[in-house]
Amino acid sequence: MIIDLLTYLLRFVLLLLIQLLVVNNIELNTYINPYIYPLFILTLPVNTKPWHVVCISFVIGMAMDTFSSTPGLHMAATTFMGYLRIYFLRFAATKEDFESRISPTLSKKGPAWFLFYAFVLLFFHHLLLFYFEVYGFSEFFRTFFRVFLSTIFSVLLIGLGQILFYRVANKTNG
Amino acid sequence: MRNLIFFLYKYYTFILFFFLEVMSLVILYRYNNYQRASFLNYTGGMASKFYESVNSASNYLSLRRINDSLMYENARLRAQQLNAYYQNGFTLSSIVDTVYKQQYQYISANIVNNSINKRNNYITIDKGRLHGIETDMGVIGSNGVVGIVTSVSDHYATIRSALNSNTKISAMVKKNGAFGSLEWNGDNPRVSSLLHVNKHVPVEIGDEIVTNNYSTLFPVGIPIGTIKEKTLEAEDNFYALDVALFTDFNTLKTVYVIRNILKDEQKNLENNLKGDH
Repeated sequence: MIIDLLTYLLRFVLLLLIQLLVVNNIELNTYINPYIYPLFILTLPVNTKPWHVVCISFVIGMAMDTFSSTPGLHMAATTFMGYLRIYFLRFAATKEDFESRISPTLSKKGPAWFLFYAFVLLFFHHLLLFYFEVYGFSEFFRTFFRVFLSTIFSVLLIGLGQILFYRVANKTNG
Repeated sequence: MRNLIFFLYKYYTFILFFFLEVMSLVILYRYNNYQRASFLNYTGGMASKFYESVNSASNYLSLRRINDSLMYENARLRAQQLNAYYQNGFTLSSIVDTVYKQQYQYISANIVNNSINKRNNYITIDKGRLHGIETDMGVIGSNGVVGIVTSVSDHYATIRSALNSNTKISAMVKKNGAFGSLEWNGDNPRVSSLLHVNKHVPVEIGDEIVTNNYSTLFPVGIPIGTIKEKTLEAEDNFYALDVALFTDFNTLKTVYVIRNILKDEQKNLENNLKGDH
């Protein structure tokens, strides 16, 4: 139990560091701002208590806000995403998933399922994030374009990361 | 009562979500409307310290570039020194004390965190209140305008960079003084727009854009960029000029914060005027 907690804490810190030090410095153009730190919320075990998910989402948003000096911005987006995850899994995860307490990752659920899952949740996360950042609908289509491109790029990065870690995990197992 | 408890029990996740979401939105709303005034104070500069330590490592990699830009700037400043000019008359040196009174002071600072690709970009620097920095001071780099100070803690300050939807900088075309408002549309970090420039003033592509003296933030004539393209605004009476910025925000490492000694005097005078109406 303690080991589990420490693993999650380590993953939390690691993801935040990757986001802040690596991904935030990918500066392709102003329409592509990928965010990979929500991966932490995506890969929480399916049977995590709903209110835990919401609280964890809120905390990770708060951590992100502290380091990007954007009070409330990431909090609002991640909390919403965490809540949405509960309903998504209620429909998209099978009974066996809940019984075997798996984490919804690419290796466990297959690429198609996982990428769709990541895309839907990240899309809503980015939607809230970018519109709240502009703080209005004055640049509606431009912001929407930014949401769309960034989501695709985030999903791509997360997918790649999952494949890499999946490989590593396989090798260490075999 | 039992129904209420049952209701709370059944929907506790939703209630929790609702509570946290509303809380984040309230925080978001507050800071957006009060110009993020003191967020830096709440986080105690923790994030700034983090970025500073990361930066002290990564700065070694760009020392050459930093040196180059500083040397370039030194050369330019040397050319402006008094001894670089041929003296045409004798009056200057005797009356310099009464004619010239210092209005602007410059505080140099290193950038510890910067972004260029967000819609609203902010820069964090390693100087703060203890070094004399206050909110609403102008900030320039060695090539030109950078932004405006928005919040200050004891050792750090955040700057709303020119690449931000809330930054509006008063600027003019250098050769004829046609003025407008410099705003960034979020497309390209190398290009900003000078809006509301009177159509009847002749402007050409390639003309230099500099700051004007309408605001108290910048001295007159700080370079901003050159005109890249001109288009008519919707009402047809004004130009919107695309300005290629001199400042490369991507490689920016050092900046100067401008302290306007006469700012309070000017502001007070202008506020008195408003009271008259």
